[in-house]
Amino acid sequence: MSDEKGVIYRISGPVVTATGIRSRMYEVVRVGHEGLMGEVIELHGDKSVIQVYEDTSGIRPGEPVVRTGQTLSVQLGPGLLTQIYDGIQRPLPVLEKTMGTFIERGVDADGLDLEKEWDFEATVAVGDEVAPGTVIGTVQETETIVHKVMLPPNHSGKVASIESGSFNVTQTVCTLEDGTEIQMMQKWPVRTPRPYQQKYAPDTPLVTGMRILDFLFPLAKGGAAGIPGPFGSGKTVTQQSLAKYSDAQIVVYIGCGERGNEMTEVLDEFPHLIDPNTGKPLMNRTVMIANTSNMPVAAREASVYTGITIAEYFRDMGYDVALMADSTSRWAEAMREISSRLEEMPGEEGYPAYLSSRLAEFYERAGRVETLEGEDGSVTVIGAVSPPGGDISEPVSQGTLRIVKVFWGLDAGLARQRHFPAINWLSSYSLYPQSLDQWFRDNIASDFPEIRTEISSLLQVEAELQEIVQLVGSDALPVDQQLTLEVARMIREFFLQQNGFHEVDAYTGLEQQYKMAKAILTFQDSAKKSLAAGGQLEDVVNVPARTNLMRDRLEKGYLDRIDGLVDEMNKQIAAAAEEK
Amino acid sequence: MSGKEYRTITDVKGPLVFLEKTEPVAYGEIVQLRLTDGSMKNGQVLDTSDDMVVVQVFEGTAGVDLGTGVKFMGDVFKLPVSKDLIGRILDGAGRPRDGGPAIVAEGEADIIGAAINPYSRQSPHDFIQTGISAIDCCTTLVRGQKLPIFSASGLPHNDIALQIARQAKLKDSDEEFIVVFCAMGITAEEYNFFRSDLERTGALENAVLFVNLADDPAVERLITPRLALTAAEYLAFEHDYHVLVVYTDVTNYCDALRQIGAAREEVPGRRGYPGYMYTDLAMLYERAGLVKGKKGSITQFPILTMPGDDITHPIPDLSGYITEGQIVISRELHGSGIYPPINVLPSLSRLMGGCIGEKTTRDDHKSVSDQMYAAYAQGRELRGLVAIVGEDALNERDKQLLDFSGLFEDKFLRQSRDEDRSIDETLDLCWDLMQNISTKYLVRLDQKYIDKYHPTEKK
Repeated sequence: MSDEKGVIYRISGPVVTATGIRSRMYEVVRVGHEGLMGEVIELHGDKSVIQVYEDTSGIRPGEPVVRTGQTLSVQLGPGLLTQIYDGIQRPLPVLEKTMGTFIERGVDADGLDLEKEWDFEATVAVGDEVAPGTVIGTVQETETIVHKVMLPPNHSGKVASIESGSFNVTQTVCTLEDGTEIQMMQKWPVRTPRPYQQKYAPDTPLVTGMRILDFLFPLAKGGAAGIPGPFGSGKTVTQQSLAKYSDAQIVVYIGCGERGNEMTEVLDEFPHLIDPNTGKPLMNRTVMIANTSNMPVAAREASVYTGITIAEYFRDMGYDVALMADSTSRWAEAMREISSRLEEMPGEEGYPAYLSSRLAEFYERAGRVETLEGEDGSVTVIGAVSPPGGDISEPVSQGTLRIVKVFWGLDAGLARQRHFPAINWLSSYSLYPQSLDQWFRDNIASDFPEIRTEISSLLQVEAELQEIVQLVGSDALPVDQQLTLEVARMIREFFLQQNGFHEVDAYTGLEQQYKMAKAILTFQDSAKKSLAAGGQLEDVVNVPARTNLMRDRLEKGYLDRIDGLVDEMNKQIAAAAEEK
Repeated sequence: MSGKEYRTITDVKGPLVFLEKTEPVAYGEIVQLRLTDGSMKNGQVLDTSDDMVVVQVFEGTAGVDLGTGVKFMGDVFKLPVSKDLIGRILDGAGRPRDGGPAIVAEGEADIIGAAINPYSRQSPHDFIQTGISAIDCCTTLVRGQKLPIFSASGLPHNDIALQIARQAKLKDSDEEFIVVFCAMGITAEEYNFFRSDLERTGALENAVLFVNLADDPAVERLITPRLALTAAEYLAFEHDYHVLVVYTDVTNYCDALRQIGAAREEVPGRRGYPGYMYTDLAMLYERAGLVKGKKGSITQFPILTMPGDDITHPIPDLSGYITEGQIVISRELHGSGIYPPINVLPSLSRLMGGCIGEKTTRDDHKSVSDQMYAAYAQGRELRGLVAIVGEDALNERDKQLLDFSGLFEDKFLRQSRDEDRSIDETLDLCWDLMQNISTKYLVRLDQKYIDKYHPTEKK
């Protein structure tokens, strides 16, 4: 390798062609005098085509290209959590320190802090048989998360020596009988899925605290969901709410080709947010990857792989990991951009023909698995999609929908009515209820699935009635149908709408979700009775107790008071009939 | 570099020149062409290899022949920067256009501009009062934001942009903005309109103008906004100015991008625009914001005209995915004689949430804005229904909402071109209008604000 003399032959934007090296596919190379990082993506006889992760302005043909012999890898070990990376796992705070406000190029930075010492506590003893994935020790990485140090997947044997104590990630903590030295840090190539024993069918919901998601379109731990929506429909807000409130133990958030200011908002906000499930700062369980839209396009392509590899690493420790990718369309566009520079024959809309297989490979890395150690771990993937013009017939949306089992369709019309989260309840779907219903029956209420069916069919009926209302006005409908419209309006305004920025409303537990849904159906029942007994719709609908029931969801302690509020409402509705 | 001049052009195609057998040429390097008649042109390297170099010529390739001399300048495009830029008018390639002396540079800056480390950014949170009710109340502008105007041909987007540039200020502050104005392929008439207005109000002294007009070379448009933003970054981050960058028209910029793409025979994306247009636009729009440790800021106000009023056209579409919201101008409102004809329904300010409220604008701002918006949206929807069934078929609530939507347009949206409403005046006006809807239908308003501000029901 060392006697090779690689030189640049051609430069076209982020794509550089080099001659004089015999590189392997996806090998990392250093390009030019500044040593820009690149990855080999195509071989043509003597020529290697390289995608470069940094700006190539000013680079000339004839400059050197050096092989590293490694594929694009991430460093895995204690120190990942609370960190914020660019697309190729360079910590942004470190980059700021070395090059200031603007991201210059040719700077290398380790993904993990190699100096920092961690308290390593051995969990195996000398003479123990260890296999790939065996946990050999633990590190309290953050207040809430115990980092399990695992044997890298390609090693096994008997422990010759192991020591507890304070170590940095490159020091040897354990030696095997065959002489292999094990450090806390391991490297893993990002484009290769990490191994596991087997995949299970998901059977536990990922609780997000968002009523429309948990109640109507639940996502399972280990499942995959797509959120397509035009700009301004609230994709990013939804993704951020999920990152904040979902009950995963680890969250990996990938800002892929998104706005700089929005990433900053996340960075400013997260350290101050408290995890509703543990009561500790959310940052403790979060790894962030930020490759904004103006950062180099090839690093954007890599960011998604960097993220999912980190997610799999924590899964292997037996954690439930949720990964949010915002937005996978930017990732697909990065592929398209590189592909067009390679002068590949395009598929649909200029995207490369391998777009859908890449999407499938990525989402397939989600799943609930039995880890090598025999633990239960999961990676849930939630990918935002930004279809041009909001039209989901485009290739990225279609490629995504073919794979994911949950579709949360954002709707510009709802966003325009300030109905948030602007998820369309008619077009969205989830294929998980069948596998999750048992969990809901066991843990929340035995009739949970039935209540859900009733709520969604009411919304369906409303949609049909609305078509008539558009033509003749609501006053022309019979009273019972007018009531149905009222009930559906209550579902929309009281239940489906949720303010992601409100301190109380932003998160609703499953039990409260169930009670709120039930309260709506109770209203329908007592209103029907009251109408049958001669009550007027106007009076029944406008009882003050119903307004209170709806408004008070924004108050603390609502869960304890909701039953009382419902009783009061029933009384007043019954009274409305008696007045007549 | 050697300063050698090559006469090895093999092909000329549209704005591109292909030549062979050169020294190793850097990607992005600046090129000078000497035509056989002695005139000079400038260009930039788009593709470079041992065998072939592709140069895009900013002034167009008219007059270039195979005997044209090509000299590589050894460096990428840089703008001489100086505080003296303020008050100057430059052409699309950064040369003085106002007959003044050359800029005495304090330094040179690479016009491509490096990306700001997201970790080094500071969240924008300072409310900018534009004096236009529709914007201040419903799509609040924040210092450091990039908020484009989505307009279409024949609509008064220029008036609105100028009014904003004129009136924009922080609440309770006299601090002024430096305006960096960048014209990309607009007509001389439009340019004169901008210029004379800036002159009339004295704002020209505090402005830098980069001007590429419709009859200037199209390819030059690709660097004009980069020059403007480089100047803006210099003034904001080296000299602590608050800079407002107005550039118009992004559509012309994108068309120039498409022209280059077509000449290079690239695989086109949607509607013939290159697949990398998102990245390219992001490299302009993302040069806005605030950074830690610096006092200055860059706020961007790009103007784009939507071809065929189509918001799903690739240019507004990709822009909307990058910018932090948009202000949409409506032909319908313009047609009914309302200025500024801002359609608040598809308009949006993504940074609004963090910058309104008790400490910055007023405690009731969020609540009022939501309610105004919702009531107007419903009122507008009812107009369609009324056209079919007549007004008599509406119930009480719907009647009130319908009437409100008319008042919203007539009293709230409508204001004169020099009317500068403070945020308090705007919010008071909202309360005034919301009186026309009975409070039981104002479900988005917090009761405590009704108690505090409602003209007839306050306690």
